[in-house]
This record gives sequence, structure tokens and C-alpha cells, in this order.
Amino acid sequence: MKKYLWPALLLILPFLIVGQASAQVPTPSDDQVNVIARQLFCPVCENTPLDVCPTQACAQWRELIREKLAQGWTETQIKQYFVDQYGDRVLGTPPAHGLNWLVYILPPIAILAGLFILVRAFLAWRTPAATAGASSSGTPPLIGPNKDDEYIRRLEEELRKR
Amino acid sequence: MSDIVSQTSTQEAPARPRWGRIAAWGGLIVLLAVIGFGLLRVQKGPVSQGQVVPAFSLSTFDGNVIPLSSLTGKVVVVNFWASWCKPCEQEAADMQSAWKYYEPGGKVVFLGVDYVDTEPEARGYLAKFGITYPNGPDLGTRISQAFRIRGVPETYVVDRSGKLAFFQYGPFSSVDDIKAQIDPLLTP
Repeated sequence: MKKYLWPALLLILPFLIVGQASAQVPTPSDDQVNVIARQLFCPVCENTPLDVCPTQACAQWRELIREKLAQGWTETQIKQYFVDQYGDRVLGTPPAHGLNWLVYILPPIAILAGLFILVRAFLAWRTPAATAGASSSGTPPLIGPNKDDEYIRRLEEELRKR
Repeated sequence: MSDIVSQTSTQEAPARPRWGRIAAWGGLIVLLAVIGFGLLRVQKGPVSQGQVVPAFSLSTFDGNVIPLSSLTGKVVVVNFWASWCKPCEQEAADMQSAWKYYEPGGKVVFLGVDYVDTEPEARGYLAKFGITYPNGPDLGTRISQAFRIRGVPETYVVDRSGKLAFFQYGPFSSVDDIKAQIDPLLTP
């Protein structure tokens, strides 16, 4: 058995010496870069998303995103990096803090207020029509007996006499 | 006439909630105030001559932090630039030459503020033109917003009391042009 020991060790030894091969990180594709770039705006050009901005500066920023992705950064980390570097304005969606809250609150409030006004207006239009429909058949309805409204009753009587 | 009387008594006008009107008007006033404040800020324009310049701290590419307040008593030249800015390249060498001229005296400080740039390209730009005065990124564009710059390059010359003595839109044409703005501020 001992005579096979050394040959066996010699066979195994190369496998122990060979270093561990690490998997190469693939370079992020343009599509992967643009998933993030689409959510950012060019800090210099007005209203131009980073994924379609043609300037040299934008190309540099897209390469920066590619570099960060290759380093294993997440989308959130990359976007936060851009905010730290260039301010909130690079984001396609304004962050919900400070006065930016108004962007999220005011439109729904305005829509609800508009609906409320429309409903009230609609009801107001319908109510006179309903009253007119009831009073158009025959003589106008007399005021129901109201003990406290003697003056109106007497006025009605005078008007009928005329 | 009886119709009018009967309709008046049977059909009472619904009471309009006062709180609704107050809320609507209040909301409208607040909204107009916010819009007005924003428009005022936009129309303010850059820092004007004679005005105390906004305080800021520059975090340099070397890892140092330079607050403007620490430079009181010195003439400070604040230059906004970017590596993607072609006109900035026209004055880069002149800025460095001017800095080398004033550096030994210790009375003038040049600060370069890198506007919306990427660090590798910015460092490449500094190396290309051999710029040695302190430079750093405008993090969050806070410094450029404080000065309300319109673009790059722009240069602000701050006198020894912290007030804006001169500003330059676009590149300087020569080293003498730069010196012409700084030398009068050094006379006692």
C-alpha cells in the first residue's frame, strides 16, 4: 500500500498548487447601464435623460455608471452617488423630502377638489329642475301650515284674492 | 308672485361650509407663495459686485477641506470649470501661470471648483494643464447654486473682506487680464 502512496500524492499535488480561478466580472452592457441612466437626467443639459443625451459629458457619466455596476454597486447606491455629486435635480423623480412633497400632494388634492366642485355644481343644477317639475303640474303648492309663519300665510291669501 | 314666495320658503339655500372656502383660498395663497418664491430665486441673478460672497467649503481632490471663511484677509479667486468645457481649456494655462505668480506672496489663493464632472476626467484635466492650486468637485452643485452661476467657465475674485470685487463670464484672455483684477485688491 505504501508503494502507491507517493504516486498518489504526486497525482494530487498539481491540483493543490493550481490557484483558485476567480470568475471574471462581465462588463455591464449598454442595456444594463441605460436601465439606470434612464432614471437620471443630464446635470448640464435641460430636460435630457442621461440614456439619450449625446454630449461627451453624458457619455462620461454613462461610463461612470458602467464602472460602478462592474464594482458591484446597486442601482440605489449609484443613484445616491449621483445625487451626492450633482444634486437632487439629476433624478427623474424628485425625492420626497422638503418642498418636494408638494409635487406628490398637490395634484391629487387639486383633482379631488375639482371633483367636489363638479359634484356640488351638478347637484345644484338638478335641484331647481326637480322643483320646477313638481310645481308645473296644476296650481302652485301652497305653503304648508306653519304656525310661526302667520305673515306668509296672510300674504298668500291676499295674493290669491288678486 | 306666489311661486316666488313658495319656492323661497320651501327651498332653503344650502348653507355653504365656511371652512371649505377658507381651505381653498388658503391653499391657493400658499401655492402662489411657493411659486413666487421660486420665481424670485430664479430671477435673482448671480452674486453682484460689492456683495458678500456666499460661504462655502471646498472638498479638494486631495482630501482636504477648505472653508472660504478660513481665507479671510486674502484675495480669493474662485474659478468654476469642467473637463468637458472647451472654453475652460483656453484659460487653464493662464490660471496656473497667475497662480504661480501670486503663490509665493501668500496673499492670493486660487480655488478651482469642478462643476458637474467626473473625477477621472477632472484629474486628467488638472494633469493635462499642470494645475497645482486646490481643486475639488462641486458636491451636490451646492457651491455653483450659491453663486448662481450661469455656466462654465466663470471666475469670481473675492477681496480681502469677503466681498465680490470682480466676476468674469467666460475665459480670461491672458495672464495680464487676470492680474489686472487682482493687483488693485492687494494695495493696502
